[in-house]
Amino acid sequence: MAFDVFEYAPAPESRAIVQLAPSYGLFIDGEFRESSDGKVFKTVAPASEEVLAEVAQGSAKDVDAAVRAARAAFPKWSALPGAERAKYLFRIARVLQERSRELAVLESLDNGKPIRETRDADLPQVAANFFYFAGWADKLPHAGYGPDPRPLGVAGQVIPWNFPLLMLAWKIAPALATGNTVVLKPAETTPLSALFFADICRQAELPPGVVNIVTGDGPVGAELVAHEGVDKVAFTGSTAVGKSIARTVAGTAKKLTLELGGKGANIVFDDAPIDQAVEGIVSGIYFNGGQVCCAGSRLLVQESVAEEVLDALKRRISTLRVGDPLDKNTDIGAINSAAQLARITELADAGEAEGAERWSPHCELPSSGYWFAPTVFTHVTQAHRIAREEIFGPVLSVLTFRTPDEAVAKANNTPYGLSAGVWTEKGSRILRMAQQLRAGVVWSNTFNKFDPTSPFGGYQESGYGREGGRHGLEAYLDV
Amino acid sequence: MSESKSAKSGGTAGSRAGGTEGAATSARIGVLKTYKLFVGGKFPRSESGRVYEVTDSKGNWLANPPLASRKDARDAVVAARKAVGGWSGATAYNRGQILYRIAEMLEGRREQFIGEVAAGEGLSRAKAAGRVDAAVDRWVWYAGWADKIAQVAGGANPVAGPFFNLSSPEPTGVVAVLAPRRCSFLGLVSVLAPVIVTGNTAVLVPSEERPLPALSLSEVLATSDLPGGVVNVLSGRASELGTPLAAHQDVNAIDLAGAGPELARDLEIAAADNLKRVVRPAPDREPDWRGDPGTARMLPFLETKTVWHPVGS
Amino acid sequence: MSSASTVPPEPTATASTPPTAPRAGQSPAPADAAFADVTASEAALRRYLHGLPGVDAVGLEARAATLGTRSIKTTAKAYAIDLAISMIDLTTLEGADTPGKVRSLCAKAITPDPSDRTAPRVAAICVYPDMAAIAKEALAGSGVHVASVATAFPAGRTARPVKLADTRDAVAAGADEIDMVIDRGAFLAGRYLEVLEEIRAVREACERPDGSFAHLKVIFENGELSTYDNIRRASWLAMLAGADFIKTSTGKVAVNATPANTLLMLEAVRDFRAATGVQIGVKPAGGIRTAKDAIKYLVLVNETAGADWLSPDWFRFGASSLLNDLLMQRHKLSTGRYSGPDYVTVD
Repeated sequence: MAFDVFEYAPAPESRAIVQLAPSYGLFIDGEFRESSDGKVFKTVAPASEEVLAEVAQGSAKDVDAAVRAARAAFPKWSALPGAERAKYLFRIARVLQERSRELAVLESLDNGKPIRETRDADLPQVAANFFYFAGWADKLPHAGYGPDPRPLGVAGQVIPWNFPLLMLAWKIAPALATGNTVVLKPAETTPLSALFFADICRQAELPPGVVNIVTGDGPVGAELVAHEGVDKVAFTGSTAVGKSIARTVAGTAKKLTLELGGKGANIVFDDAPIDQAVEGIVSGIYFNGGQVCCAGSRLLVQESVAEEVLDALKRRISTLRVGDPLDKNTDIGAINSAAQLARITELADAGEAEGAERWSPHCELPSSGYWFAPTVFTHVTQAHRIAREEIFGPVLSVLTFRTPDEAVAKANNTPYGLSAGVWTEKGSRILRMAQQLRAGVVWSNTFNKFDPTSPFGGYQESGYGREGGRHGLEAYLDV
Repeated sequence: MSESKSAKSGGTAGSRAGGTEGAATSARIGVLKTYKLFVGGKFPRSESGRVYEVTDSKGNWLANPPLASRKDARDAVVAARKAVGGWSGATAYNRGQILYRIAEMLEGRREQFIGEVAAGEGLSRAKAAGRVDAAVDRWVWYAGWADKIAQVAGGANPVAGPFFNLSSPEPTGVVAVLAPRRCSFLGLVSVLAPVIVTGNTAVLVPSEERPLPALSLSEVLATSDLPGGVVNVLSGRASELGTPLAAHQDVNAIDLAGAGPELARDLEIAAADNLKRVVRPAPDREPDWRGDPGTARMLPFLETKTVWHPVGS
Repeated sequence: MSSASTVPPEPTATASTPPTAPRAGQSPAPADAAFADVTASEAALRRYLHGLPGVDAVGLEARAATLGTRSIKTTAKAYAIDLAISMIDLTTLEGADTPGKVRSLCAKAITPDPSDRTAPRVAAICVYPDMAAIAKEALAGSGVHVASVATAFPAGRTARPVKLADTRDAVAAGADEIDMVIDRGAFLAGRYLEVLEEIRAVREACERPDGSFAHLKVIFENGELSTYDNIRRASWLAMLAGADFIKTSTGKVAVNATPANTLLMLEAVRDFRAATGVQIGVKPAGGIRTAKDAIKYLVLVNETAGADWLSPDWFRFGASSLLNDLLMQRHKLSTGRYSGPDYVTVD
């Protein structure tokens, strides 16, 4: 043949499906309103640094107004028969499905993650979470928490930027199903999908005050979790902030659930299905550019197959397509913010300085926006920072082990405990490893799988409480 | 259309249950519907060619639905069996979505069902509307169970040994359902939805005297992404159809809700031949279907499967 | 790292480069030496095949599905369509085949689109052995190969001497390529060495009087092998036995080529080349009917085995109706209008 490459022409998803307003307000008591002090901040597309919109910067006064609205809505909302509450959630689920392409494009724009992920992973899961919890609203007596479990009241929820709408769904769906009302603060760098969600609440005719969205930076979140009118705090984000929230709510009656950082071990045995393990390693660390709390950021590979696995892994990583998040063929998009990029760069440099071997495929990165090439560190030891600290980026640290016991010891040798992966064709070993690993989720012969029916959450400093499944109801019930 | 008006004008064009309002005063001649069976996703007439007369509560003629035969029952079981693999193999999420879709489609045809229920059961429009709304909500209730029943009825068992041990409910297979005789729509939905939400397929015999809501429901089911054969509806006599279904070796369970005491006993004896799972009718009188359904009608049609696996490196 | 912005070259060369059987004329089974110990005994062969890494079905199918979401547009699509046409083994394998039918298919193979001479020719015509001579004559000088099925295709349930005679007949009739079926019964019963020896024997029967060899494609009938582990084992078995191509299926059973089982075979040829230096081709057959399907397969090739396999020398489609759909898509790209079945030829 005369040509040796099959290049894919650009296949951009149309932006026209999203109508962006120049500015967005806070969503309080069913209305959009400006911040009490008129302050705004800009949200940018991380892939291009283009300003997408101005968003209201909530104040302490706004947080108070939102909590009051939620408080006021609580008696009626919690007194509704479960079957009627369920129907609101089903409506929301349906509108989310109807508008899913629009929201996928919006999420890609504001977050920088590939449209393939928002379209095929985030949005289907978002709707599925509302469907799932909608079904619980009238079945709470069957959930194992007593004959008539009661809601807590107002839930103050603070969510991260890595899965903006999905984290919103994980928080709001169980809260509403159980009869709580909500004040939610989306991440500063990704506020837009939450505001579009507010519009969906209006389309679903959700009563005013049941869901309130207050946008802004970290201090706004701190105001919210500290507010006296909040009965329940749910936070997903960094371990450092999680600890400070735990201190804030200490001595109060507030119920707290935390879903924090991780340093997940992906353990590959010599009898693993190698091709699928390689796929699992890749999705474990490069899904959402590694900006995932449960990422398989430590690869523990049995020494007897290390070379074979690494060769296959590097070959596979070389086929990853980095670039425009809205291109349907992009595998890895932009890093969410300049600050996050700086953090990844700093830790990767530390890995090199401490003597680990750094490898990236040849990779042309766009000139504007925040980008980091997929990176693999080999010759990593337990002592390296890149083996201990959460990088939250497309950086894989590879370690080796000789025996299952050594794999368990190394995998558990971390203050975190969110996720782990086990790759072997031997069933009894999978179950033994799962039993030994101190992690809230253990994936075997797969990785990064999520489902509304499946509880998610961590051990140790990865947080406490579970989201999803029957277990996820407990966080929002007075039990 | 008021109850009395419906009865008075019974038999005239356009005035059947669910017919157009004001038909009596309009010159337009209504288009009547031929009610048919629902088997394998298609709408056949009875192979026997028989029909029977269905009247409203006052005795006015409403329709000539098919009088299904034992051969129709045989065909329906074949269709139901063929659908088991795909339906039980669908994800619980998918099944839940389809049941919810049924509720959506029903809501859009609410008026038609109110008319049929009012005429058949002799209820006021308001009462009939209450029954229909409750039936729509019942589909929603069961839609939500699709991906939760396993979490309530299954679970890990802490056996004393190095074993992973997990029990999960699985559908039993083909279920024959004799629907309640009086409550022709809410009662029907209350016995049908729990059978299919868990992945079983159904051969449904609606109320002999009041089969029209069930036959119209078929039209909703056929347009709700429900795979053909998951629900099969045979209008006719419970005594005539119940016997071959209860004795059928390829039917796994039978719900006798609509059978009288004597018939129920006979059918239960016939069902013992291949140890069908049997749900007996309520003693004395038909229950009030408006109550909280709980899980009582799902569990009888589920088999618990327990998996053992060693744990060791 | 691939860049999404590079425009592929114009695909004009496709039509002017006749597909060639890369190893035709060489001595058989060059990989034999490296794996002599593996094929030395039934036990050794079994240990080797059973020692191959397992295949996780869920993961494999998920990977194939993900690659199926690649969006191939504009210039890349034009390139892919012409490449796909050039990779077709245009097939008629019916009891009702006649010389007339085969000749008309041959005419179509040489000039797929009478209204547009820039459309490339297909790689080969695939027929039953008794039609090979007719196809050979009809295709003379065109550069389009004659592929003949053999070895009692599609079931393969006959005595070995009959299978070998079937093969020799087809070669003598002028077949450039032989598509044989493996003995699935022997394979499923665990008699791997018997399967290997039969492939070798057929390979020898592919020898022409001048010492060159017809190109050998080995069909597994994946639908009958049933598990992905079996398909991986069959792939290695056939490659060790000297196959030039490994082929998914006959097109005569319920499950034929699927993206997942083709992906698995692409992994096998990729790994085999890494281990031996010998490149083997892959041919999915049966069930690939649309341009969209074909392009998905090309993406699988591109991202699994790599660009070295993106040529009719190394990748083929066993198909019949696919060609017309590719031609209609070609019309769409050149005219901007959707075409219809009345604007392509019926053969």
